[in-house]
Amino acid sequence: MEQLAITIHENYLWGAPLWAVNLIVMFGASAVVLMLFVAPFAGITSFVERRIAARIQDRIGPNRVGPQGILQFLADGIKSLMKEDLIPTDADKPLFILAPYLVFLGMFTTFVAIPFSSKLIVSDLNVGLLFIFATSAITAVGLVMAGWGSGSKWSMLGGMRAAAQIISYEIPTGLAALCVILLAGSLSLQTIIAGQGAYPWQWYLFNNPFNPLAFFILLASLVAEGNRAPFDLPEAESELVSGYNTEYSGMRFLFIFFAEWANLYIIGALVTVLFLGGWQIPVGVSEWAGGVASWFPQVLQFLTFFLKVLVFVFLIIQLRWTLPRVRMDQLMEICWKYLVPVAFVCVMGVALWMIIWPEGLPWMTYLLTAVAGLIVAYYCYRVIWQLRNTKATLEFNPFV
Amino acid sequence: MLFNFANILVFVLVGGGFVGVSLFVSRLIQPRFPTLEKGLIYECGEIPVDNAWINYNLRYYLVAIIFVIFDVEIAFVYPVATVFKNWIAEGKGMIAFIEIMVFALILFVGLIYVWKKGDLNWFKEVVVTEDTRRTPEEATAL
Repeated sequence: MEQLAITIHENYLWGAPLWAVNLIVMFGASAVVLMLFVAPFAGITSFVERRIAARIQDRIGPNRVGPQGILQFLADGIKSLMKEDLIPTDADKPLFILAPYLVFLGMFTTFVAIPFSSKLIVSDLNVGLLFIFATSAITAVGLVMAGWGSGSKWSMLGGMRAAAQIISYEIPTGLAALCVILLAGSLSLQTIIAGQGAYPWQWYLFNNPFNPLAFFILLASLVAEGNRAPFDLPEAESELVSGYNTEYSGMRFLFIFFAEWANLYIIGALVTVLFLGGWQIPVGVSEWAGGVASWFPQVLQFLTFFLKVLVFVFLIIQLRWTLPRVRMDQLMEICWKYLVPVAFVCVMGVALWMIIWPEGLPWMTYLLTAVAGLIVAYYCYRVIWQLRNTKATLEFNPFV
Repeated sequence: MLFNFANILVFVLVGGGFVGVSLFVSRLIQPRFPTLEKGLIYECGEIPVDNAWINYNLRYYLVAIIFVIFDVEIAFVYPVATVFKNWIAEGKGMIAFIEIMVFALILFVGLIYVWKKGDLNWFKEVVVTEDTRRTPEEATAL
């Protein structure tokens, strides 16, 4: 983005000073990311999740607004906009009002450091990973504020649970990410991706036998940090009404959920960047695409990255409707007694592995790739089997 | 570099502005008919009893304290981890490894201590001895 500002300054806006161009580019970039990426993504994810939920539970789901109900999220948005915004008289008003801002900003500022392709990134921070973990922790503050400020017992319980859960699961997240930082030698997300290749055996995931374990820990703890099922205790609807957002209505309610859905993208993006090679495409393809047009490789990289993220978004949505919710004591036990020690062993293992085999061990990498391939193949087989054997009759008439 | 960090500030401004403007627009077009019932907090349809701001369980503080210890550990290990690769290239890998491990293990012993002490258990077993148990008279007096 900095390059873009300099290019514009030199070639187009002759008279304008550099700082003004910088400012325009920065505001433009943030507006583009928000309006053209985060908002549609969160909206469409909400629709897709409801449809998948319906499919899994043998229902139809929202299918009235637009073709197959694809515009449902716009209808929901407009409805929320026109709803009466209630603030309980017992609430701590400043906290109650401030909470959605913090929840939203904790999610949105993360997009500063998340790359979309090799050149398409708002700013490649040299402390990128640390920055992402730091900003996503702001969400926890927002949730506690929402819980405390509502003045409701359900909210209070939900908020306290959210705090305990998010801060606990920060530890395995950080330790699992450490495995990759050791290998990459950098906190910048672009450098981490540049250290990997396009093919699965060039990913950090299969670099050594400890990384698949770290990958699993990272994914599980990121899901827990995002308050997603099976770790959705803070808003467990069957026991806490709706947890920390019980008292929220209208737009404030919408923003808390907006953040949760957009957070799905962040989870997928982090996992993709750290373990799955990010936007890397094969060199041959990149050269061919570069011959077609200079922007074409960027588009391919963006699509590669986006597809990898989508796989995880779907996986997390499927998890929500597959696994039962864990109990609060189980949640803490999983984190402190299993994930943290195992993640710690992973970090030690990766460090030792790097000392013993600094160049990596090719046969181990290929073996791990093959095993992972088999697991993915079995998963796909099971999903297809499930879809074939549970045929629900869906209405495909968009005008019904 | 300054550009990169200025960008964060711009994102905060734009994100906050987006939320603020949406809430403002919502305020302009929404109906407003506040009543006493609407102002009540939700307690399953009953009139709320008491305040929600109670002294919550101590175990949340314990979790917070353990978290702070480990997060500080991670924050300190990150910078070392970024240069770990260079140390290996210089042939000093083992020294770096031992140094990281000494630091991390000291804190890890802390986890083992907390674990053994039973503070990681969400439900702590409270030992009821003869002198802590209330007599029936005391219990009725409460």
